[in-house]
Order: sequence, then C-alpha cells, then structure tokens
Amino acid sequence: MSHKKELIKFQIDGLTVEAEKGQMLLPAALEYGFEIPHLCYHEAVSPYGACRLCLVEVTKRGRTMMTTSCNYPVDAGLDVATNTENVQRARQMILELLLARAPHSEKIRAMARDAGVEETRFRVIEDADDCILCGLCERVCREVVGANALTFVNRGDRREVAPPFGDPIACIACGACVYVCPTDCIKMKEEGDERTIVRWKRTLKMQPCQSCGKPFAPVFQLNWIIERAQLPKDFYALCPVCRKTKKG
Amino acid sequence: MPLKSPDELEQLRTKILEERKAQGEKKGIVLCTGTGCRGAGASEVFDAFKKALGKKSAIEFKSTCCHGFCERGPITIVEPLGIFYQGVTPADVPQIIAETVTKGQVIEKLLYRDPATGQTIPTEKAIPFYTKQNRLVFGNNRHLDPTRIEDYMAMGGYKALVKALFHMSPEEVIEEIKRSGLRGRGGGGFPAGRKWESCRKAHGDIKYVICNCDEGDPGAYMDRSLMEGNPHSVLEGMLIGAYAIGSSEGYVYVRNEYPLAVENVGIAIEQATKMGLLGKDILGSGFDFSLVINKGGGAFVAGESSALMASIEGYVAEPRAKHIHMTESGLWERPTNLNNVETWANVPVIIEKGADWYASIGTQGSKGTKIFSLVGKINNTGLIEVPMGMTLREIVYDIGGGIPGGKRFKAVQTGGPSGGCIPESLLDLPVDFDELTKAGSMMGSGGMIVMDESTCMVDVAKYFMHFLKDESCGKCTSCRDGTLRMYEVLDAITKGKGKEGDIEFLEEIGWMTAEASLCALGGSAANPVLSTIRYFRDEYEAHISAKRCPAGVCTELITFTIDPKACIACGKCRKGCPTEAITGEKKVPHKIVQAKCIKCGTCREVCPSDAVKVA
Repeated sequence: MSHKKELIKFQIDGLTVEAEKGQMLLPAALEYGFEIPHLCYHEAVSPYGACRLCLVEVTKRGRTMMTTSCNYPVDAGLDVATNTENVQRARQMILELLLARAPHSEKIRAMARDAGVEETRFRVIEDADDCILCGLCERVCREVVGANALTFVNRGDRREVAPPFGDPIACIACGACVYVCPTDCIKMKEEGDERTIVRWKRTLKMQPCQSCGKPFAPVFQLNWIIERAQLPKDFYALCPVCRKTKKG
Repeated sequence: MPLKSPDELEQLRTKILEERKAQGEKKGIVLCTGTGCRGAGASEVFDAFKKALGKKSAIEFKSTCCHGFCERGPITIVEPLGIFYQGVTPADVPQIIAETVTKGQVIEKLLYRDPATGQTIPTEKAIPFYTKQNRLVFGNNRHLDPTRIEDYMAMGGYKALVKALFHMSPEEVIEEIKRSGLRGRGGGGFPAGRKWESCRKAHGDIKYVICNCDEGDPGAYMDRSLMEGNPHSVLEGMLIGAYAIGSSEGYVYVRNEYPLAVENVGIAIEQATKMGLLGKDILGSGFDFSLVINKGGGAFVAGESSALMASIEGYVAEPRAKHIHMTESGLWERPTNLNNVETWANVPVIIEKGADWYASIGTQGSKGTKIFSLVGKINNTGLIEVPMGMTLREIVYDIGGGIPGGKRFKAVQTGGPSGGCIPESLLDLPVDFDELTKAGSMMGSGGMIVMDESTCMVDVAKYFMHFLKDESCGKCTSCRDGTLRMYEVLDAITKGKGKEGDIEFLEEIGWMTAEASLCALGGSAANPVLSTIRYFRDEYEAHISAKRCPAGVCTELITFTIDPKACIACGKCRKGCPTEAITGEKKVPHKIVQAKCIKCGTCREVCPSDAVKVA
C-alpha cells in the first residue's frame, strides 16, 4: 500500500518550490540548487542539528526565527531565507568556533573562506584532533551499520565520541565512520594482515582470500555479517575481486 | 480498602476530622525536618523530641518538611499557641516540653528577634518574613506530615479532584485553567491551559502527563521542598490534568540527588493507590490513572522538557528539535503534557477556589503567586511565596530583611544560571514573567540570588558561564563552544588579561549562542554576560582598561595592604596567614610581603580592627 505523497509549496529566497510535506528543509533546498553549508548532515542518516551551519531564517505565520534547516520539516506557506545578514553573522562565528576545534581540516578552512572568514579569533584548542562532534560517525555506526560501537561521552566542553566504556569491542572495523567523517579525523590503516581504526584503537585480523591469498576484510566483521544475515559459513571465502572474476 | 465513590472519600474525611476534634485542642509540637533544617541539625532535634516524649505521650509531635524560613532552622512551633522557636538544638528539647508545651511559658532565648526593632516576636504569624507573603501553595507544608495522607485529607485534600471528576467535563477543567491565567512555573511561563488544550486535541489513544522535578538551578530548591513537603498536592494536580487531557499514565521525573523528595512522593503514590485515588476507576468515575517515578541522573539539561523525555526513554538527556510540539509528539512520540512541580501544585487550588478568584491575584500577564528561593547576601535566606507583581524592593527588604553587615545592595540574579542580574536602579520592578524578561533576565524556576557591594559582576558572569559550559549537553556547536569561549574571555578579563574590544566580542558570542542554539539552555545562556554588561559595563571597563576589580574580588587585580594607623599589632593576621607573608611583632604595625601574598583574604577576615585594605 503506498500513500500518495502530499506535495506542498513554499518559498526559498523568493523562489516558489515544491516538496513533500514533512520532508526536511535542507535536502529540499539542496535539490533546488540552493547552497547551504552543512557538516553534520548526511542523506544516509537521520538529521541531528549539531554543527548549526545550515541555519536559515524561516517565517511561519508571520513569525521569523533562525533554525537549522536539516531538521526542520517543511510546510505549506513557509518563507525561507538562506542567506540573511543574521544567518551570515551566526554562520561566520560558528565557522570561527569550528576552525579553533579543527585547525587542520581543509574542508572547514574552505567553508570558512567561502563565508568570508580567514582567521579565528578563538584560542585553538590544545592538541586539537579536528573532531567537531558532528556525530556522523555515531549515527552511521548505529543506524546504517548497526554495530552500535560508538557513543557520545560526557557533556559540555568535555563531550567526545568514543566506544562505550572506552572499549571498542563492538567495532567491526568496517570503516563507515572513516568514510563519513567530514574533517577526516578518523583514520584507518592496513598493515600486513591487520586493519586498524586508529581513533577507536581497534585492530582486527583480516581474512585471506582462499583464491589469491590477499587479506581483504576483518574476520570479526565477516563473521558478524554472516551471523546477522544468516549467510552460509563459507560465504566470504573469496575476496570481492576474485569473486567477480570467478563469477565472470 | 480503595474508596469507591466521592461519598466514601467524604465519609473518610469526616471521620478523620471528627477524631481530631474529639481530641480537642491538643498540645503539640511541630518540627521542620525539611532539607534546610536537617542541614542545621533537625534530625538530632527530632530524635531528642522522640526520646523525651516517649511512645504514649499525650502531646502530638509532628514532623513536617520545609516552612521556608531556612535561615533560622531548625524551626519548632509549639501548638496551639503557635510559639515560634528558631535554631533549636537537642539541648533545648527538655525545656521546650517542660516550660512551653506544659505550662505555656515562652522561652525568650529561642524566639526570633527582629533585626529592625530589636524586639523578640513570639509567634510565627507576627514575623515580618511571613506576614508579607501569600502562601497559597507552599503554606500547607507547615501543617502536614507529608508521609500521612490523612493530614492532607484533613486539610481538604482531593476535594478539587472530586470536583473535577464529578462536576466538570474535561473541557470545563481546561477552560478553568485557561481563565485562571496560570503560566508554567518551570521557567518558560507558557500558559498551562493552552498546553493542556493542545494535548487534549492531539490525536492518539495513549497520552502522557509528566511532572518535572529535575530542579537544577544552583541555589533553587522550591520544587524540592514542595515535593518533599506536600507531594499529594502535586499528585492531585496531575490527576486533574490527566483527566482534562485524557491521559491515563504519568511520570514523576525527580532527580536522584533529592532522596527525601523521591521517598516522600513514593510514599504518597503508594498511599493514594491504596485508597483508590490512583489506579483503575478512580472513586468510581471510570477514570484510570497511574504514576511511575523516574529518577534523574543529575544532568542540568535534563530539566529541559525534550531532554527529560529522552531521559525517560532511556537515552542521554539531550534536547530534541521541537518543530512538532511535545503536546503532539513527545514521550515515545505520543502526545505529552509536561508541567513543573509548582505548576501542578497550583492546579487543585484553582479548581477548588475558582479561576476568577485565582486571577484576582497577580498582574495583568502573570496570575497567582510564585515561590522564590531567596539566597545569597540576604538576612532572611529561605523560600518565599508572594503574589506576582510584588516589587524586588519588598522582596529584598521587607521579606528578606535586607543585606547583612550593613553592606549595600548591588544586584539580584534571577532565573537560575541562565538568568540575568538586575541592578539597584530597578529595585522597584514588579516581579512577573514579562517584567523580568524586559529587564534582560527571566523568571526561570524562581531562583533569586542577592548580591552586595562585595560581589564582582564580572566574576559572577564567569561563575555562571563556568556552570553552563559544564552543563550544556554539548550537542550544538553554538552553545557548547559559545559558552566555553565566553568563559575564556571572562576568565582572561578577571586575570588582568582583558583587551579593548572584549566587551563587544562577548556581546557577539552571546548573540550567536542565543540565536543559533537549539534549546532554551543555549537560548538563554548568554543572559548572565549580556545583563551584567548592560547594567555593570563600568565594572568590565575597570577590569579591562585600569586592570582593577572595583569589588576587590579578582585576586590577580587586587593587593592587600595593612593600614599601619589602624593596625593594633595583635598578630592574628600573622598567625592566620598560610604563606607567612606577614611580618611584624608585638606593638609594631604589621606588613604584608607582596611577593609572598596569595591574596586569600584570611588576614582581612581575622583582623579585629579592620586594618587590612584591599585595592
């Protein structure tokens, strides 16, 4: 049974646009080509609203408020302004804050430059590791992978993302967090038959391909997938390359 | 046996009242064992009374929770005369029983002495701290043993529930609350009736009501004292609310650091359930309602409604976006109505006495009374309940008894850590939701911290920013890093490292923190900074430009010296100095070796001749 999607009309920067009622504002705006900077939003996971870069001004029933667009459900008759003076002012300062937290991130530097911010007036955080606490790694691990190997720990300025109780026991070293991290602060390395997710201190032995002998994925990860998907025990005997050649 | 009808409830009440009447005007002792009085030693006094009276005493001994005048605890009242004793110790117990209870003689040394007149005041009713108050909600604490539902019944408890269930439709109850003008006492001040109405209209067969007792403001303890002292009034309010909204399940979210509140509300729920006031088919009305206690883990932000619901669901207490109202999608995405302890406790009063009567108290936009916790540099520390619209001056001077030590009033901080500081020039401000907001502060949950001339306002802003940077949930960049950075700038200013432009920089960070953050914590986090800049800009400028702390608080900007003319060379400062920075001998004025001085202020505290100067 499929429900008919209810399309509604509203305005973004003076242009009338259409979107499905209840859809989030940011993806709707991006689809129309509006440029709204964002760091903690990814289409594969639920919106979170942590980085605050995707701020816009929304006028609804005569009331204007600044809000993040990634988690704002669209409704008929909204009037959205993506680049007002207030939005720019707030965004610039947020970028200054992020620069002080992630001084090595080229992506944030570029975003800051685009917004007219060259330098941060804030003290760069000592031993800055570039994590901006956007939570994409935590969400992708929980919602997409299903491994639940990460969580937020502590609050306020002591907040960090870490494996629960400091033990990465649930991490399958799949690397989804590495891929999704916007500041590149989660690194993965492979040495010999071992794969390590550096940030979570997780090192796993990799399984060699029965055909070419090259280690291709952590044994722990493959068994985890086999168990959850109820696959045959020898499902991952071959590496993806050999599997293709064999099939081909 | 559970009561099956309103008549059975009334029969029980009549029975309780008749039993009490039969005993006549019994001699009795009321001891406050609320948290404040316990801190002052009320538990030992309780034991002493128990021991002295024995098991079969003809004297009624009642232990209640907070009466409000915590400064003077432990408080004991001797009935039926209403003699008020303060600062009672176990050693006073035999004398109180032998003289006051038995012979009706007043013990002068235990009476309250009015600092203004120097006269002792024998009865509670005549003490100025109480006379100016209007204790609609909080006043019953003094008459109740919170662990005995009979006490609550004897005072007319659960009458309002009967009225709502049997004589009013849910819509009529909502209309009554709307007309009363009751606004949420937890901080936001949202009209309670409108919230109830939108929750009633929301679609869904399961709806929740929640009582927020996650009071976290430093120095505020009115919700705690209400929950400890009169839990049935909160339950009755929730029952009426649940009936109006169409909810059959509720939660009491109370922080685990309030063990007595947890205990007393637990006892109250158990007693109400046994009597059939909670559970299925309450008093034969067909209305079901049950309550669960949820203990909070202590995060300040858990008091924010959406964070609180996340916490009940088992997640970290982190606020959620509220673009869809909680009344439509709250706890477990079901329509949820959350109110604070004090709001719920107002409900039975309104239903019983009527909206018109209630709305006659207070101001145009804020009706009824408000409980404040009056703390800081004030003579009468405690909990007070006053009609909305009373001026700050009346609160600070008439009820609070003014500033101790003859010092000058400087400011009062209202609204908790993210409230603002209101200066002397606004002392005639009538206190209500809207006036406080206009002045750059807020009502919050009702904290009032009084500050005198020895308080440095930059230091105050720094203190609150330290609290907020620790207690922000840390999700929004704007709040987590905004509060951290404001703290850093303030810290530098108090250490003499302030720069030209810092004030404007703080204003800019503050604006961004308020505008760009998700929840009310971030939205109001800049208030302590912005309100102190607004009213005490000269103090900021003195720190930044002249590297001077006018209040003599910021250690890196002050020096301690001894006035040789005033010094009597007693040696007390020399002995007290932890770093041996003071030189001098008998009959020779003392001196402070600046290189060794750590500016702890001990010398100034111990000096009997006020010879230690700070500049």
